[in-house]
This record gives sequence, structure tokens and C-alpha cells, in this order.
Amino acid sequence: MNRSSKILRYVGKRLLQGIPIILAIVVMNFFLLNLAEGDAVDVLAGEAGSATPEYMAEMRKKFGLDQPLPVQLAVYLKNVVSLDLGYSFRHDMPVTKLIVDRFWPTLLLMVSTIILAVSFGILLGLYAAVNLNTWKDAMISVFALITYATPLFWVGLMMIIMFSIKNDWFPTSGMENIAAFYEGFDRVKDIAHHLVLPTITLSLFYLALYTRMMRASMLEQYGQDYVVTARAKGLTERRITFVHVLRNALLPVVTMAGVQVGALIGGSVIVESVFAWPGLGMLAFESLFARDLNLLLGIFLLSSALVVAVNLIVDVIYCFLDPRIEVN
Amino acid sequence: MTDFWKRFSRNRSAVFGFTILLLVVFIAAIASLIYPEDPFRLAGKPMSEPGANGFLLGSDSLGRDVASGIAHGAKTSLLIGLIATLAAVFIGVIFGALAGYYGGRTDDILMRITEVFQTIPSFVFAILLVAIMKPSIDSIVVAITVVSWPGVARLVRGEFLALKNREFVQACHTLGMSDRRIMLAEILPNCLSPIIVIGSLMVATAILIESGLAFLGLGDPNIMSWGFQIGAGRTMLRSAWWICTFPGIAILITVLAINLVGEGLNDALNPRLRERN
Repeated sequence: MNRSSKILRYVGKRLLQGIPIILAIVVMNFFLLNLAEGDAVDVLAGEAGSATPEYMAEMRKKFGLDQPLPVQLAVYLKNVVSLDLGYSFRHDMPVTKLIVDRFWPTLLLMVSTIILAVSFGILLGLYAAVNLNTWKDAMISVFALITYATPLFWVGLMMIIMFSIKNDWFPTSGMENIAAFYEGFDRVKDIAHHLVLPTITLSLFYLALYTRMMRASMLEQYGQDYVVTARAKGLTERRITFVHVLRNALLPVVTMAGVQVGALIGGSVIVESVFAWPGLGMLAFESLFARDLNLLLGIFLLSSALVVAVNLIVDVIYCFLDPRIEVN
Repeated sequence: MTDFWKRFSRNRSAVFGFTILLLVVFIAAIASLIYPEDPFRLAGKPMSEPGANGFLLGSDSLGRDVASGIAHGAKTSLLIGLIATLAAVFIGVIFGALAGYYGGRTDDILMRITEVFQTIPSFVFAILLVAIMKPSIDSIVVAITVVSWPGVARLVRGEFLALKNREFVQACHTLGMSDRRIMLAEILPNCLSPIIVIGSLMVATAILIESGLAFLGLGDPNIMSWGFQIGAGRTMLRSAWWICTFPGIAILITVLAINLVGEGLNDALNPRLRERN
């Protein structure tokens, strides 16, 4: 069998492995929803202000809430499979539609964060490894340590104090200046301007992470036999570092970029609520105040599915990047 | 033990972290002595700048003393961090030990469960759990525990896998020891050092999660915490920078100190690892 069809089979196998995980999360979701005080009808009755017990019983029957738990679970599973995540009474909209609408701002924030964090992390890690045990290396280590220990929301607030309040360089919140009715390129520029502070805030933690990983990965590669061979051939240290060691050191760092996506989603909840970035995180924050559990569970389900998907994609990319990996 | 202390005290940054951590613990311990009043109480003129009106670190929009909040918040952070970590280590050790020791089907099932919990975005899950259980100190501890144990389970499983076929364990089998005794009295003590290291680092993560939850309004409404202070002060960012700034510095210093201690423990408990770098 040739390599590409082997990879295809591997992808299929991995997809099959992802399904039980998603299924387990969906089932857990269902039980969490049942654990919560009050059901959808209580919420509805609360919204309406008053409701008779007869009316509520009728509503429960209509929604199938009077059925035994296993039946309800089956209905819930069926709904999730058909991408029906329930109804958000607060927003008066299906949860799925709400989530899809708010997904793009979050994706934009996450992609720009990953690009910034991975590229600068690689540069800093490389720089630290090349200048091993000098003051430059020490400075980078101290930076990483401090960034590791700082809560994201606090960094965001300090950014706002420094760059929005003391110096009016960047907007404090939102994704765009809606009142300005920008179109085309102006709108892109406006969104980019709003994107700067949230991206830097969310990047910092991962920047520290990738810096440390890149440094460790470089040092590990320097100890390999092929480096000795390269030195024996008389290659310059510069050439060894940039042509040989760097390429091999990159691989594990790229993989870790994907593994961290779950933490990135958690971070974006914080950053979005600090900067009022209108994405999924902000939606989750709003749903907390409205006690809109259906919505919160929907966001949770989607973010879990996203993690499973990204892990799969990274694994596949890894197969292509490193031909030594046996896909069986 | 003396060896351990010698190695630990040779590590300057670890000693530095340990000193700061002791200081934070000290402040937490004497919080009720230096600020005997309820930190939620109106203590004076609202929005006082640091140093003004007898407020060391200023007051917030409701006239609450920021310094008093930080002292009382230290108790909350350390306590939640410690209890949640102990609970997570307990669960993680049980899962990891059973999976690593018995292997086969047990291992398969337990690791599948661990995998599910590892896949779930942990902070979002913690938010969901606290929101469903209603914010209280118990629900926060439970949520942090639930999202933190998988790392321990993985680590302990690896250690048990590596140790279970060693000669001293085989000798125990020959002596007719029970599985339980082998696991608890023979293998577990031999993998204590990595557990201590991961546990110390988990306390730091737990404090960060707790502050994030409190910032989002999911803290216990009756207990002062650093995250709550920052969340309450964020609307006053323009006019009163000190309300958010000082509690944040408290979190930063505490988490940094714990991380330094954790790394120091790692170096001191695994001396061979140190020499490799």
C-alpha cells in the first residue's frame, strides 16, 4: 500500500477514535443539564412572569421533559447529531445559530494569537538557545517565568490602562467602530486596530510556553549525533544551527501548538470578556449572567469538538512533516 | 533529607520563591489579626488613592479597603489552591495506580476516561461546573479538582508502569503481599517525588483558575478573593487604577513563588535530571 492511502486510512481510524470522546462529552453534557436546578420550562415560566402548574405540566409534556431519563437522553443525542443544541430564551434564537454567528470573531482572535505566539516564541527560544547561559538567555527565562504566573485578565486590564487610558493608542473594547460605518479596506483596518490588544494579551502566555519549548527542543537537537557529524564535516556553527538543528527542533513545537488549543479557548473566554470582543467567549460570559445554561452547554460542546478536530488535524500534518512516522 | 535541603538551598531562585511564599502564608495567617473587620465592610471614603484616608493601597468604589481584601484574599487563594490540588492528586493517584498496575482492560477503560477529561477545554469546563452547581467555595474546589486530576493520573500511570516489573516488586509478589499493599506501601513511595513536583505546580494553576472564575463573577459571594477584587474594580479602571492593579500583583507574586518552589523541588528531588542540562 502506498503512503497516501495509508495516511487516509490513518485519518479514518483517528476520526473513529474521536467519536467516542465526543459522545462521552455529549452524554456528560446531558447529565450536567439535568443536574442544574430548574429545567427549560422553569426558565420559560420565569421569563413569562407567571405560569399555572397545569400550563407548566403541559409545556413539560410538549418538550418531552416528562419522559424517563433514558428517553430524554436519546432525544438529546438525536438533536445534537442534527446540530440542534436547543433554544436560548434570553437571545430568543436557536443556540446553534447564535454560536455560529459568534464563532468567527473568536476564530480570528485565536488564529492571530497562534501566529503571533508561535512565531515570536520560536524566535525567542532560538535566540535563547544560541546564547545559552548568557544574560540574554537569563532575561528570556525570567520573562517566561513571569508571564507564566500572570493572570490573563489582569494583563488585559493593565494593557487597557497603559495603551487606551494613559495613551489613547488602541480602543478599549469591541471589534469594530460600528458607528463609523466603515466599508472594505477601512473596515479591515478598523478591525485590525481593535484586534491588537486582545491578541497581545492572549498571546503572552503561549509566547512564554513556546519560547521554553523551542529552547528545550533546540538544546535536545544540539546533543544529537548528526550535529557531531556536521561539525566533523567542518560546517560553520551558523550553518549547523539554521540549516540542520532549527528544522528538526521546529517539529515538536508545531505539534504542541495544536495540543494547546483547549487552553487557548479558555483563555479567550477571559480575554473576550475583558475587551468585550464579540466572540464565543463573550457569549459564554453573557450567558453566565443570564443563567442561560443551554447556551453555555452549547459553547462547551462546540469547544470540545474543536479540540478533538484540531488534535486530529495536527496529527495528520505531523505525518506529512515527518516521513519517519509510521502511520500504522 | 539533609541532601535534599542542601540541593534545594543551593538553588537561589527556589529559595527566593520559598521566602516569598512564606511571606504570603504569613500574611494569610495574620489577616484576621491586622484586619479584624469584614473585608466587604465599608471602611472609609470610597475611591481613596493609595496612602490617602488611612488606606495603604486605596479603597474601591464602595469604600472597601483594598489592602484588607488582599490579606483576606490570600487565605482564600492558598486554601482553595491547596485543597483542590490535594483532592486532584488523590483522584489522579487512584486512577493512575490502578491503570498502571493492572494494565490491560482496566488500563484501557481508565485511560479512556482520562482522555475525555483531558480533551475538554479545562477552564470552560470549570466555568460550566461552577455555573451549574452555583458559585460557592465547595463548587469552586470541586470544579478545579475535576479539571486538574488527569495530569496526575497520566504521570502516576507512567511511574507504575515503569516500576511494576522491577525486582523489588516481584520480590513482594513472591512474599505473597496483597496487590493493595504493593501499590500503596511499595510502589507509591517510590514515585512520590514526581507527584510532589506536579502537585506543587498544580497549586499555582489552581490559584490562577480560581482567580479567573472569581473575576468572571463565579467566586463565592461571601468570601473575599483577589479575582473578585479585580472583577469589581474593572469598571473603575479609568478613575481608580489601584483597585485592579494591587490584587493582580498579589496573584502574580504568589503564583511565581509557587512555580519557583516547584522547579526547585524538581531539581532537588531529581538531581540526575539537573546534571543533564
